[in-house]
Amino acid sequence: MSIQLKNLTHVYSGGTAFESVALHDISFEIRDGDFLALVGHTGCGKSTLVQHLNGLLKPTSGQVLVDGEDLNGEHVDRRKLRMRIGLVFQYPEYQLFEETVAKDIAFGPKNLGLSAAEIEERVRTAMAQVHLNYDKYARRSPFELSGGQMRRVAIAGVLAMQPKTLILDEPTAGLDPHGRDRILGIVRELHQSGTTVVMVSHSMDDVARLATRVVVLAHGSLLADGTPREIFRQREMMEEAGLGVPEASRLVQALRARGLDLPDDLYTQDELYDHLLRLWKEANPC
Amino acid sequence: MLKNITLGQYYPVDSWVHRLDPRVKILLTIALIVAVFLVRSMVGYAILLTFIFLASCLANVPFRLMIKGLKPLRFILILTFLLNLFFQSGGGEQEILVHWWIITITRAGLRQAVFFSARLALLVICTSLMTLTTSPIQLSDGIELLLSPLKIIHFPAHELAMMMSIALRFIPTLLEEADKIMKAQMARGADFESGNLIKRAKAMVPLLVPLFVSAFRRAGDLAMAMEARCYHGGEGRTRLRVLKLTRHDLFAVIAVALLIGVIILERAAMPDGWPL
Repeated sequence: MSIQLKNLTHVYSGGTAFESVALHDISFEIRDGDFLALVGHTGCGKSTLVQHLNGLLKPTSGQVLVDGEDLNGEHVDRRKLRMRIGLVFQYPEYQLFEETVAKDIAFGPKNLGLSAAEIEERVRTAMAQVHLNYDKYARRSPFELSGGQMRRVAIAGVLAMQPKTLILDEPTAGLDPHGRDRILGIVRELHQSGTTVVMVSHSMDDVARLATRVVVLAHGSLLADGTPREIFRQREMMEEAGLGVPEASRLVQALRARGLDLPDDLYTQDELYDHLLRLWKEANPC
Repeated sequence: MLKNITLGQYYPVDSWVHRLDPRVKILLTIALIVAVFLVRSMVGYAILLTFIFLASCLANVPFRLMIKGLKPLRFILILTFLLNLFFQSGGGEQEILVHWWIITITRAGLRQAVFFSARLALLVICTSLMTLTTSPIQLSDGIELLLSPLKIIHFPAHELAMMMSIALRFIPTLLEEADKIMKAQMARGADFESGNLIKRAKAMVPLLVPLFVSAFRRAGDLAMAMEARCYHGGEGRTRLRVLKLTRHDLFAVIAVALLIGVIILERAAMPDGWPL
C-alpha cells in the first residue's frame, strides 16, 4: 500500500482573522516497507500532516492518494481506511477508557465488527507485539499501570486493527530512557515484520538508528526528503531547520576538522566505531 | 471540529467602552435590563436600540456581532412571537385582523407579539454589549468585587470568582483535549456521527472517560501548583489589576441615567403605549 501526498496544503481557520497556513504544497510518497521519519521543529506542521494521512483532517487543497485513490473522494469509506492506516497520537495513553487492558485494546477490532474469537486473538497478538504479558495484564485496569505501560497498551489498541501502515506521532515523548528504548524496540520489530512505519520524531539519534528515509519539514514546507545518509550530511541545512544532526555525525565533523581521515556521511554510532577502529589499527600496526 | 465553538464572546479591541471598570459595566448592564422592562412602547425600544447602537460604535464592536448573538435564541424568539400572536385574548372589543379556521389574530395580539419578542431580543443585545467588551477575567474580577460586601454574611465571593476564572481558563484547554481524544478514537474506528440516540450516547463513553480522567489530573496538578505558590484563599490577598473608577466611568453612568430618564418621560407621556 502506498500513500502519496500531492501538493497538500492545509490552512487553519481559513477566511478568518486567525488564519494560519500549517502546510504548504507538500508532495512525497510513502512506499511499502519504508521506515519514514518525519522531522521538523516544533510547530512546523508534523502533527497536522500525519492527521491527513488517514483522513482525520481534510486538505485545504491538494490530495492524499492511497493506492492511487483519493482519500477524500466521495465514495471512500474513510472508517475502513483508517483501520488500514493506524495512527498513534502523541501521548496516546490519554485515550484509554475501558475497565481492563484487554477491553481497551479490543475497542478497535470491535469497531471493525469482528467475531469475539477473532477479537480475543487480535488482543493477544497485539499485547505480544508490545511485550505485555497477556495473563498478567489483560484483566487489569489500564489506569493503574505505569506511564510507559499505558502507552504500550494504547499502541496495542491501534495494532489490534492490524494496520498495513502505522503512523506514530512522537511515540517516545515524555518517557524515561528505558521506556523510550522499549517503545523504539517495538517499533523496530513492527517494521521488520513488514509494517510500513511513519514516525514523527525530535530525536535525530533515534532517527539515525531506525529510519530508512527522512522527510524534513520547516515552517509547513517540505525542506528535504532522502535517506538518512543524504540528509545528515547536510549539516547546515539541518541546523537551520532547528534540528541538528545525530551525535555521531557531530563527532565526525569535529574529528574531520582535526584532520582525521573519515568520510563525511557517517551518521550512526556503529559505523563511526568501525571507521575509528580501522584508523586506530592503521596507526598502531602490531 | 470542536474548535469552532466560542464560549464567551469577548471582542478583543481597545475602546472607550472596553476600558470602563467592569464593576460599572455590570451595574450599568443591570440598569439597562431594568430600562428594557420599563419601556411600554415601541418608541421606547427604538430609543434604547439607538443608545446601544451608539455604544457599540463607541466600543468599536460591529453591531452585527450583537445581532448575531440572537441567533442561538431564534427558536425562543419565534416561539414567543407565535404564542403571543395566537393566544392573546384580552377582554372587550377586539379588532380581528385574520380569522381562519381556529386561528384568530387580533390587532392587540400582533402588537403584543412584536412587543415581547422585541423585549427579549433587546435583553440579549444589552447583555452582549457587556460580554463583547469585557474579558472573562475582568468579568469575574468585577463580580468578585461587587459581591465582596456579602463576605460579612460569609458569602464565598473570592472562591466563587476564582472558580469562575479557573473554569473559564480551562474551557479552551479541555475543548482541545476533547478534539484530540475524539480524533484518537476515530483513528481506532469509533463512530460519533451515525446511529440512533442511544447508540450515539454510548459512543460518547470513549470520549468522556478520558476527558474526565484528564480534567481530574489537571485539577490535581493545578491545586498542587497553587499551593506550592502559597495560595490560601482570598484573605489578605492583594491583586495584580487594581480596579479604579475614573471620570470615564462617571460619564457612562450619567449617559445611562439620562437614557433611563428619557424612557421614564416617554412612558409618562404615553401611558398606554403608542398605537401600532
